[in-house]
Amino acid sequence: MLQVSDLRVEFGGVVALAGISFSVQPGTITSVIGPNGAGKTTAFNAITGYLRPSRGRIVWEGESLGGRRPCDIARRGVVRTFQRTSVFPALSVFDNVRTGLHLRGAAGFWPVLARTARVRLEEARLAAAADEVLAFIGLAHRRDARADALPYGEQRLVELAVAIAARPRLLLLDEPAAGMTGGEKDRLVALIRKIRDDDVTVLIVEHDMRLVMGLSETVIVLNHGRVIAEGVPAEIRAHPEVVRAYLGSADAPA
Amino acid sequence: MIARVLAALGAVAAVTAPLWVANPYHLHVLIMAGIFTILALSLNLLLGYTGQLSLGHAAFFGIGAYTSALLTMPPLEWSFWVALPAAALAAGLAGWAIGRLALKLRGAYFVLVTISFAGVISLVSVNWMELTNGPLGIPGVPAPSVGPWTLRTKTAYWYLVLAMAVLAYLVCRRLVYSRLGRALVALRENEPLAESVGIDGTHYLVLAAVVSAAMAGVGGSLYAHYTRFVSPEVFLFSYTVTMVIMVIAGGQGTLAGPVVGALLFTALPEALREAMAWQWQLLAYGVVLIVCVFFLPRGIVPTVTGAARPAWTEGGLFKTRRGSGSRE
Repeated sequence: MLQVSDLRVEFGGVVALAGISFSVQPGTITSVIGPNGAGKTTAFNAITGYLRPSRGRIVWEGESLGGRRPCDIARRGVVRTFQRTSVFPALSVFDNVRTGLHLRGAAGFWPVLARTARVRLEEARLAAAADEVLAFIGLAHRRDARADALPYGEQRLVELAVAIAARPRLLLLDEPAAGMTGGEKDRLVALIRKIRDDDVTVLIVEHDMRLVMGLSETVIVLNHGRVIAEGVPAEIRAHPEVVRAYLGSADAPA
Repeated sequence: MIARVLAALGAVAAVTAPLWVANPYHLHVLIMAGIFTILALSLNLLLGYTGQLSLGHAAFFGIGAYTSALLTMPPLEWSFWVALPAAALAAGLAGWAIGRLALKLRGAYFVLVTISFAGVISLVSVNWMELTNGPLGIPGVPAPSVGPWTLRTKTAYWYLVLAMAVLAYLVCRRLVYSRLGRALVALRENEPLAESVGIDGTHYLVLAAVVSAAMAGVGGSLYAHYTRFVSPEVFLFSYTVTMVIMVIAGGQGTLAGPVVGALLFTALPEALREAMAWQWQLLAYGVVLIVCVFFLPRGIVPTVTGAARPAWTEGGLFKTRRGSGSRE
């Protein structure tokens, strides 16, 4: 379980997160929504160690993530994707995924120089694992293409593949559907469900309401750095403050 | 395929070189090319694979040269075969210290720290008279020996340098095509993403700095026992510049690039010296360099092998720490 309590982030004098608290139940899909600038990505960055909160606690599986570096947090099974497309551009799709497998390998410096039998075995194992991930994501046909040569939607899938390769127990997806076509979004939804079914807890920041409401068990709504609502999709849809935040008027029809 | 044939031809040519290079002066140029191959491979490990530019690489070269010279001279008189790894160790230690110090911030900061480091080390070598004999340098560095034989001839030394260059190449190759090499390239390509899958940026950049520095130290040791003389001249900035030229012109981030670059840019000044008056030599060197960079911006090897242009070369050398993607 992920527990965020009283998380506060300030940039200079600007309060991006004014002390938010929420928790994410294991094995569920939880979405964080809210207008632009509500602090969604800031929350992601704070949880995964990319920026340091000025206050608050982040506890994952009973252990505090506060003050740890992103790579240490990844080692604890918490892996994120980025809002803007983020792949290893000059590498093939296969090598992108192999890089994502970093923590699944153990070969150290001297064994690598000696190219011991164990190192060669590990390389073969990692290559097979990379192909498995590519098959799971549905990118096997793009295996040898350069990541930055792919169409946008597929680059987003490469990102997802890299994250999955790191074998997360908590996966944070920052606007995974942004820029995708309708068909690609359907594929993505199916994939995220499959990932959840593999016992991965998923936390998503997303703007596409249809996608969020169809996919999530819990929805958390942020506005101006505060949690204004939390609940199942049906509750959120009817929540007066959420409607006001999105439409700017209390009288607007839900 | 063509690359394989070329590599095989190159290997045969290298092994048989003393047979067909009749002129000892040409063999000397070849030996220097071999030493510079090691240096270029070493710089490429940092610049080409992690994207971090060291402009103080001559310092690691010089530390290797002095360490090896001092250990083999009286009063210690160690064997060259112990002094060589000791030179690598000393340079590697310096690389570790610089890496720990400067690689937290990376980029332009690392460039500045490496330049300053080389400057400081050079001053030490000039002023620490008791140890280094100051600007006069240390003459009479012994030639390496194997049992009863001393490697005094150019032919013998060529095979020593060749063996070390092959070793350096193998170290680079095995490193690059491993989990560790992928981590280095990942940090070059997209550091935030690399960190997000558990790659410890500082750890791997320091590792690259240590290996790179140690390799440059080996080059320094080989240089000292070849010229049989070490002076503060080994810390000259022009050595670093030569290494950078070799790596960039040959093709950074490729294994063959630094080798090709080292051969070409060791031979070029010598060829120019034979071809024209001294006033024109540097000018011609500059023209060749500009033509190279202008027409082969990715370097010779990637152009010949047709490898795709790495995206990261477009942003220039100085990528800042947070490359992309973590802001709302």
